[in-house]
Amino acid sequence: MIAQLIFAACVVAGATLFARRIRFIRKNILMGQRVDRFDRPIDRWKVMARVALGQGKMVARPVAGIMHILIYVGFVVINIELLEILIDGLFGTHRAFAGLGGLYDFLIATFEVLAALVLLACVVFFVRRNGMAIARFRSQEMGGWPTLDANLILVAEVFLMFAFLSMNAADVIAQGRGIDHYIVAGSFPVSQFLVPLYEGLTDAGVVAVERGMWWFHILGILSFLVYVTYSKHFHILLAFPNTYYSDLTQQGAMDNMAAVKKEVDLMMDPNADPYAAPAPEADAVPAKFGAKDATDLSWKQLMEAYTCTECGRCTSECPANQTGKLLSPRKIMMDLRDRIEEIGKQRDASGGTWNGDGKALLGSYISEEELWACTSCQACVQACPVNISPMGIVLDMRRSLIMEDSKSPESITSMFNNIENNGAPWAFPAASRGDWIQES
Amino acid sequence: MSTFQVPTLADMIAQGKAPEVLFWVGCAGSFDDRAKRITKAIARILHHCEVPFAVLGAEESCTGDPAKRAGNEFLFQMQAAQNIAVLNGYEVQRIVTGCPHCFNVIKNEYPELGGTYEVMHHTQFIRDLIGQGRLKVADGNPFKGRRITFHDPCYLGRGNGEYAAPRDVLSSLDAELVEMKRCKQNGLCCGAGGAQMFKEAEKGNREVNHKRTDDVLQVKPNVVATGCPFCNTMMTDGVKHAEQEGQIDVKDIAELIAEAADLFPSN
Ligand code: HEM
Ligand code: SF4
Ligand code: SF4
Repeated sequence: MIAQLIFAACVVAGATLFARRIRFIRKNILMGQRVDRFDRPIDRWKVMARVALGQGKMVARPVAGIMHILIYVGFVVINIELLEILIDGLFGTHRAFAGLGGLYDFLIATFEVLAALVLLACVVFFVRRNGMAIARFRSQEMGGWPTLDANLILVAEVFLMFAFLSMNAADVIAQGRGIDHYIVAGSFPVSQFLVPLYEGLTDAGVVAVERGMWWFHILGILSFLVYVTYSKHFHILLAFPNTYYSDLTQQGAMDNMAAVKKEVDLMMDPNADPYAAPAPEADAVPAKFGAKDATDLSWKQLMEAYTCTECGRCTSECPANQTGKLLSPRKIMMDLRDRIEEIGKQRDASGGTWNGDGKALLGSYISEEELWACTSCQACVQACPVNISPMGIVLDMRRSLIMEDSKSPESITSMFNNIENNGAPWAFPAASRGDWIQES
Repeated sequence: MSTFQVPTLADMIAQGKAPEVLFWVGCAGSFDDRAKRITKAIARILHHCEVPFAVLGAEESCTGDPAKRAGNEFLFQMQAAQNIAVLNGYEVQRIVTGCPHCFNVIKNEYPELGGTYEVMHHTQFIRDLIGQGRLKVADGNPFKGRRITFHDPCYLGRGNGEYAAPRDVLSSLDAELVEMKRCKQNGLCCGAGGAQMFKEAEKGNREVNHKRTDDVLQVKPNVVATGCPFCNTMMTDGVKHAEQEGQIDVKDIAELIAEAADLFPSN
């Protein structure tokens, strides 16, 4: 009975902490600007099914892709087991689903095989990360926490899977010895090989291992649930909404700013009344052009920051990064996430409103030099397995540099002047634009 | 041009004629000496196939692409408004562009600003002409059996998903088409996009076009085919930097086809 109460308390604690983080992150994301990603639901479901559910962009890197599919499927399927664990824990039963008979044997066998594969995949990922010189794991922004985060989760997965299999192995022994409470159920294709590890133990020892591993497994999963929200592993949840809310326009298209369109329309329309009252909603928020800080970006872009897996596929495809420039699209995403977390904490500390802290994403985290290195080639967008656009953020910050701060490299300023005066980025007179026709 | 006069839309309308398609030349194609040769090749192809076409001449203006991607949305939308006013004034319906950046902007970004047209990149247009039997390469075409590799422009390929048209056109040359290790979706940028063409590169250890030239050299082509005047410049520089200009030609697909179809009697 006490065990049941402790179990219930742990579940409630885990769920509460998790829910608190989710509320915090949701509030952060909603600090972003409006953008309409609610149209065309059928197309959106399709994109989500292909990219997130179907892992459609993962296999572009076959080793990582296939290993990840093992972890992904393993995780989803093994979590069916979680249901049984919850019921057993709360009601003091043991293997509550054993009544399913042959189906139960099949399920347990599947969980075991998947657990072994997940274990294998995690070991491979760990070795790839730490033992091999794979460039995308070694860039500057990966120092310290990001690398620790990546390793922590892999080691934790290995321990969790090992605990799961050990629990079953001890159960097999207990079933064999007919220990009270241990009904004969399940099929154990993998954990039977772990039996020798625990066979020498007394009955009490076997029960202790089985119970210990059971507790370790469930407490591990509860901690993981909370931990995930602080880490790149949050993608296991956000990959789904993030792909659902993908930008469905042609990849080459860049959005036309509505605030600018309004002003240009006024300028171009000789009949427009300059003193006409602006529409009330347009006045509600003073227009700021482009993104200087995290909250100037759209909610979708903030969601992308929380979704980023830090896999570095974007950076390894980036022409600027490949030629030694400072720009790394992955760093853009990591900086944005750090910044919006920081803003969120300050907001909550000052009673729910955020009044600025004298810092900004542009300047305090991301430099102009990084922004100006982008060729807008969309390689990062194409490569991202969860449909993030680091390029969109880079270009939105350029808008702030130009339209708010009038800061640009000198040659860019003259390009602007040329277009304005001559209708071309070079200093040729507009009237000579058709001269090639006469040249033979 | 020696053998025929490219008509401007204003002239055509004055004569009471309406062209089937407007050839949008673009800034590079109008002003850059190397790119003008591409423009003329496209014009010759259109003329040869008896496509009723016209250009805007001095009435054309920058689409605003480099301004937009450098962050100057005001300037972009001013350019867009001006161009759309001209195009709509002439009731233009179909446009073929000589530049993937113009193609992308007019096709994807102008509609929301009031300019909706059927827009094609010149490689798509040429593919259709070949498909309709209106354009044929000559029997002894100079590219037969040569090794050709195509460098995908970002705004034709990734930007608009068009990987087939340029390759279809090239396949009519009877040449040996070879793909670089990074091609199509994975093609490496030439380094010119996003307004990079108009500024010095940031500090780094290499130029992007030199890096891309490594990919080119690996497949040992006789010709690098391009579909963008900016890529053309970048790849020409890259090949020169690698001291391979004697071995490797950099040519736009329109130039290759115009030559192969013998549309340049004077050279
Ligand atoms: C729902 C269960 C999921 C679990 C348990 C899971 C687990 C993991 C783990 C443990 C890693 C770290 C691997 C490493 O160290 O490199 C990882 C990485 C990653 N995951 Fe997931 N994931 C899940 C869902 C997804 C989904 C739906 C996507 C979307 C396609 C996704 C995309 C990625 C990517 C791109 C990486 C980076 C791996 C790389 O370097 O290639 N994951 N995931
Ligand atoms: S769009 Fe910019 S950030 Fe993305 S890969 Fe290309 S150069 Fe890098
Ligand atoms: S933005 Fe996408 S590709 Fe880049 S690190 Fe994040 S998840 Fe990977």
